[in-house]
Amino acid sequence: MATTPNATTPAELGWSPQALLRRMRGADEIAHLITFIAAATLLLITVLLVFQLWVHSAEARAKFGWTFFVTRTWDPVAGDFGALPFIYGTLVTSAVALVIAVPLGVGAAIFLAELAPPKLSSSLTFVSDLLAAVPSVIYGLLGVFLLVPLMRKTVQPALKSTLGFLPLFKGPTYGIGFLTAGIVLAIMVVPFVLSVSREVLLAVPRDQREAALALGATKWESTWKVVVPAARIGIFGSVFLALARALGETMAVTMVVGNNPMISASLFSPGYSIAAVLANEFSEATGNLYLSALIELGLVLFLLTFVLNGLARLLILVTTARGSGVLPS
Amino acid sequence: MRIAKVLAVFAVLLALGTVTVAEGGQVLLNAAGATFPYPMYSKWFDVYRQAHPNIQINYQSIGSGGGIRQLLDKTVDFGASDGPMNDDQLKQASVPILHFPTVMGADVPSYNVPGVSAELNFTPEALAGIFLGKITKWNDPAIVSANSGVKLPADDIVVVHRSDGSGTTYIWTDYLSKISPEWQTKVGKATSVNWPVGLGGKGNEGVAGLIQQTPDSLGYIELIYAIQNKIAYGRVKNSSGAFVKADLASVSAAAAATAKFMPDDFRVSITNPEGKAAYPIASFTWLLIPSKFSDTAKRDAVKDFLKWMMTDGQQYCEGLAYAKLPKEVVVKEMKAVGKIE
Repeated sequence: MATTPNATTPAELGWSPQALLRRMRGADEIAHLITFIAAATLLLITVLLVFQLWVHSAEARAKFGWTFFVTRTWDPVAGDFGALPFIYGTLVTSAVALVIAVPLGVGAAIFLAELAPPKLSSSLTFVSDLLAAVPSVIYGLLGVFLLVPLMRKTVQPALKSTLGFLPLFKGPTYGIGFLTAGIVLAIMVVPFVLSVSREVLLAVPRDQREAALALGATKWESTWKVVVPAARIGIFGSVFLALARALGETMAVTMVVGNNPMISASLFSPGYSIAAVLANEFSEATGNLYLSALIELGLVLFLLTFVLNGLARLLILVTTARGSGVLPS
Repeated sequence: MRIAKVLAVFAVLLALGTVTVAEGGQVLLNAAGATFPYPMYSKWFDVYRQAHPNIQINYQSIGSGGGIRQLLDKTVDFGASDGPMNDDQLKQASVPILHFPTVMGADVPSYNVPGVSAELNFTPEALAGIFLGKITKWNDPAIVSANSGVKLPADDIVVVHRSDGSGTTYIWTDYLSKISPEWQTKVGKATSVNWPVGLGGKGNEGVAGLIQQTPDSLGYIELIYAIQNKIAYGRVKNSSGAFVKADLASVSAAAAATAKFMPDDFRVSITNPEGKAAYPIASFTWLLIPSKFSDTAKRDAVKDFLKWMMTDGQQYCEGLAYAKLPKEVVVKEMKAVGKIE
């Protein structure tokens, strides 16, 4: 009945294909539907992803419970698994990457958006976009063959002799480890920070710059005190994009991080990250518990990204509520 | 398990997408598993197809673990693995699985000690001690006593191992478990283990790269990889007390030495064998074949391929730097082919 063409009641009219088609005739409706489907697909993929990770990690979750997060052992032979060294390694390498990449990327973005001549700006932006497209395994190879020897022979001994009193720079210098992985990651995420930051800086209205200049501000004052604060939220956004990329990077990290599940305060020491251990051990993992522990690691990585992103949003909320992100008084 | 199923279904769909089975007399066999013997298998499958155009074997080198999982899920016709299936896994199979040794792999100790160009000798005790983290200096008496005349530095040894799960690690840890009770209880044998010390490199190339770049390092790499890339490696003392350098002859000798003890299911470890000429850190790699096929055309194709591989197929081994199967093993395997129904 509901699909007969001669339906007469209003309810049937509303849901019959003809009625639906009639209502859809407007281009607006169709565009609405298509974009809605696109957005819903994104959500669906995320939900499915978490659901799959959750279901397939059941065995490991049942066996280890919350201790999975604090156990330091990863022993496939004895079937004893813990995520702590991998969580630690993921966080440390990403933190090192951001500490290096954010000042570099934002600094370069300010130069390109505000200070550089247009020709130079567009060619440098092109180079940066090019860097973002380089496959990560290339960065890994560069890391292994160029950065690692340089770190072992020059950078690490220099850090050790000058800042060696800090626990961060102690221990044997292998050349690979947290610091090297962090630097490779930094090189990989700089283009993201730069590209997004530059766009948001350029989006700050011209009036604001002109107003600041009219009030007697120098070029630098107008940039630093007016334009950058106005673009603050967008710059934060670029940093979180970079962080997400750093957390999940696999190939380049596994090639230079040392792949040893260790927790050490020294940045010279080898470590391991969640993405790297998944790439290394998944294909040869036999036994259901082993496999399910690896999948739980995937879940942990997802959770980590989720929590960090949440914290980031909170940070934006707090800072914008206070200063509303425009002119500091 | 379920993930494996999904992956397997995907692999099968891919295979079906490229080749249709239905053509008259065409037989398509799908297989998956170990990466180490892949160059050999791919040569064999290729040459065999030229002689038998109606039989095609698709082999996905996805790793031993994946091969075993797909075989148990029945998404492939047969599997391949660098380590034998354990009893638990065999119980999960709906029909009994037969192991067929195909080629042999070996691990060699490779090192980078500045100022030392001589080929170093390693005793089992030294290797176990180093990988347990108990021997930490190159001039430790356990190393020096086996290398008279070589001046070894008082530097820390940097241990390098594989970070990815691999048959190479299985052979190395199987050997260490046999010669060191402490290793067996503390670490054990598997494709990935909880290493007491060391840096992890991904793949043979990752380990070789780390060794080459890190002074005072020691690690293990696959013999064939070392031969093909002309990487120097040391000798290892075998159970007869002789220091043996790994090559095709000494690896074959290891396999031959074990042939007389070969169990009927071929699940045998040939590390630390008897015999003066035998290299102690070697292993078979296996094809995993179901003992019953519902499709007779597939069954006949598999049986015929196995027979061909053990006879005519052997001539292609040494060209790819794999050791030939010892005659005793071939005789025994030929009998086992008859068990496939």
